[in-house]
Amino acid sequence: MKRRAIRSEPLFFERNSRRLRRQGYLLPALDVPEIEPSDVLPPELLREPDPHFPDVSEMEVVQHFHRLSQLNYAVDEGLYPLGSCTMKYNPRINEQTARIPGFASLHPLQPQSQIQGALRLIWELEESLKTITGMPGATLQPAAGAHGELTGILMIRKALEARGEKREVVLAPDSAHGTNPATATFAGFRAQEIPSADDGTADLGALDRMMDETVAALMLTVPNTLGLFEHQILEISDLVHRRGGFIYMDGANLNSFVGRALPGLMGADAMHINLHKTFSTPHGGGGPGAGPVTVSEALLLHLPVPKVIRGDEGFELQWQDPASIGQMRGFYGNFLILVRALTYIWSLGAEGLRSMSDVAVLYANLIRHRLNGAYHLKFDAPSLHEVVFDDSIQTRHEVHNVDIAKRLLDYGFHPPTMSFPLIVHGALMIEPAESVAPEEIEAFCDAMLAIAKEVETDPQLVKSAPHDTPVGRVDEVRAARNLKVTWTPDDEG
Amino acid sequence: MHPWVGAGPEDRRQILSELGLQSIDDLFASIPSGVCVDGIDLPPARDEDWIRRTLGNMASTNISMDSIPCFLGAGVYRHVQPSVVDAVLSRAEFFTSYTPYQPEISQGTLQVIFEFQTLISRLTGLDTANASLYDGATSLVEAVLFSHRVLRGKRNLVVVAETIHPMYRRVLDTYTEAAGIDVAVVAPGDDGRLDPEAILEIAGDRACCIAVQSPNFLGIVEDLPVLAAAAHDSGALAVEVVTEAVSLGLLAGGGRFGFDVVCGEAQSFGVAPGFGGPHLGFFACASKHLRQMPGRLAGETVDENGSRAFCLTLSTREQHIRRAKATSNICTNQGLMALAATVWLETIGGSGLRELATSCLARTEELKRRLTAVGDPWRLAYPQSPTFNEFLLIGPGSGTELVERLASEGVLAGVPTTDWSGSWPDGVLAAVTERNPVTDLDALVNALEKLS
Repeated sequence: MKRRAIRSEPLFFERNSRRLRRQGYLLPALDVPEIEPSDVLPPELLREPDPHFPDVSEMEVVQHFHRLSQLNYAVDEGLYPLGSCTMKYNPRINEQTARIPGFASLHPLQPQSQIQGALRLIWELEESLKTITGMPGATLQPAAGAHGELTGILMIRKALEARGEKREVVLAPDSAHGTNPATATFAGFRAQEIPSADDGTADLGALDRMMDETVAALMLTVPNTLGLFEHQILEISDLVHRRGGFIYMDGANLNSFVGRALPGLMGADAMHINLHKTFSTPHGGGGPGAGPVTVSEALLLHLPVPKVIRGDEGFELQWQDPASIGQMRGFYGNFLILVRALTYIWSLGAEGLRSMSDVAVLYANLIRHRLNGAYHLKFDAPSLHEVVFDDSIQTRHEVHNVDIAKRLLDYGFHPPTMSFPLIVHGALMIEPAESVAPEEIEAFCDAMLAIAKEVETDPQLVKSAPHDTPVGRVDEVRAARNLKVTWTPDDEG
Repeated sequence: MHPWVGAGPEDRRQILSELGLQSIDDLFASIPSGVCVDGIDLPPARDEDWIRRTLGNMASTNISMDSIPCFLGAGVYRHVQPSVVDAVLSRAEFFTSYTPYQPEISQGTLQVIFEFQTLISRLTGLDTANASLYDGATSLVEAVLFSHRVLRGKRNLVVVAETIHPMYRRVLDTYTEAAGIDVAVVAPGDDGRLDPEAILEIAGDRACCIAVQSPNFLGIVEDLPVLAAAAHDSGALAVEVVTEAVSLGLLAGGGRFGFDVVCGEAQSFGVAPGFGGPHLGFFACASKHLRQMPGRLAGETVDENGSRAFCLTLSTREQHIRRAKATSNICTNQGLMALAATVWLETIGGSGLRELATSCLARTEELKRRLTAVGDPWRLAYPQSPTFNEFLLIGPGSGTELVERLASEGVLAGVPTTDWSGSWPDGVLAAVTERNPVTDLDALVNALEKLS
């Protein structure tokens, strides 16, 4: 029997076109007296029934989402080598532990005697992250990496205030993630770019010229977005510290050196850790993540509240702290994500975490080795967990990185991150992570090499890709020109 | 070796030999020795059995909301959880994918976001909604910064109702302090509701937005039309915060009354309480302000063959394009939680949502009636004011004491306002949902009588 290939699925709002009421869920029986809402609530505040919000049966819902799911690519399907995103395997045990009722059905405002296990979990994960980074303090509150950046930069701001200093500038290399300058602006600073040196790492000479008494912090990704370790990291942090600034470390690439090096030794004052990258919590189609921040001695006092403290009679939440930057979000962080991350750390243990980084770096180097030559490598220096090629060989045939990416879809792989970092024109940023078998890395390399050949023999085939996906190439320009971000029924025009 | 690392020792040796290297250590030669360590001081690897047992034991020292009658709310609610929701969330096609940068292989996630945006838009009464934000508290922050941008930074004051969840206000303080925006707090009247005159007086002509919550922190439903009018009279944007999204099953969203932004927390739509996260912030506004809206957006378009397709759009507002000039530094949304809410809402259905909200209302009114009948020393703090599914109860002692004593009687009676002080009395905020059968109401009333 031939399986029906699912190419599209009507919108929920287009279902049940007869608008007849069906039942999707049986609510608990009403065992108290019935009530007319307008007897209790001001009638003018009540909602009119919405004829375009249908009621459908349970199986219609299941089919709807099953079919939608078939239109997605996912980590479980194949290599997902999105540079800077660390798309690794999401262990199933994580999903089980996060659903234990004592965690999942716990209210954040219960008395402390009723939440000791949850506070212990937070404390345990803070301790683990402190060990992994070699830094003395941690907060698990930030909801994502960018939120962690903001938390760190606000702590730096607070520390400067405590010293009676007002510094206005935050520096970041031109290879930095876009969140770095966006965070600096959001926190009230002026973002300034430091040019990269010829080898792709931060230019120490430029830093020396720019690092003056107006600079609050340097935001640095280690290894950087080219996968290159900042070999002058000690000189850089020493220079910044001597001139009264702080080092904010973007920990997006921590997956490359766990058990090999410590940010604490590199001079980091604050560093966010994307639990959804290094520590395997699922990316969920775009969140929720978690972006805990570890800090040096210099920022310890300014960690956000509430803090989890281990006291004589168990764990406590400390809400009041005048030196703190305050609270960064509701409650205590994306707690169920924290449960998954601790599950991962405990499962791997010290040796496992180290081999995680070892193999992530090994795979990236294998890809680099196999593709070098077929694709151009602008910065040909030893790299760690990711490698950034560009399309300069292919543009001779008028094929661009986006075409290569779309053609990879036909080969059954998710493409690399494209056009980032900005300092590599036409970038293809590949990060394989450590989870897949070597055969899959090789199959990806074979696909990339086959595409490189196609570019020479049949460039049109590549430029018109993808040919074998649920929808053809999507018109993103039109989406932005004729904005339509909600479904509107015909009768509402 | 470890099950989650794809290459075994022999694989590694083969790859190293292809690379012409002796040892894995050679790959890390670019790291200066001054920052290197040889391993980390963590325990050894643990098997699944050990993990399940250890974390299971840890969790069992918590008291779950499902284990005894529970009336906890204050921004986090326990509603029905159709098994369909977790079944869909557990599909690897959804939970192991990432931000849909490649629309050709991400139509599932993109269409879910588009449906989520549509649902939020219809519920809030505004024609545009984004793909979600971190949580309710940060959605308020984003609404304030949005208002500040829309009025081009010319008005530097934010007027917030004291009856917005105090934790949201704390979080707002963290950000407004950094952004240099002033915050003024307007207290409710004796009935727990806002007085538009008081708002006008505080706002003057300096406010960029007036932010109110309905139902408010005390569970009381605000008179939204007059509050929107007051905001607009002062030249400010009107922002409504919703922390109990199920209330939108009965109450019209602020968009219908002229609110410019309706934002808040949609945890009630199928997201586990989870000790506070991950939850689901939402944000809706009028389409004329679309370009100032924070966060991700999915839009409808076509593919090269003219078939309907979806993709992320207006990313020119976002950090990876605009960098230092982005509307927000946010990089992700809460994708999987938005999926949970979409599945939940589509399972419950439009009429079902109204029925569910009406069930909350009926149970709340019944509990209020019974508590009033118990009488002295127990009383409702605002007996005359309309509430949806939450109210403030006053008893013999501080809220914290009462909650502890009622817990020892086997009831989670609610959230004490002791640590959330304001112009309201110290008591217990009790929330009632469709998951509180009449036996729960009996249990709470019996426990109160014992304490009387």
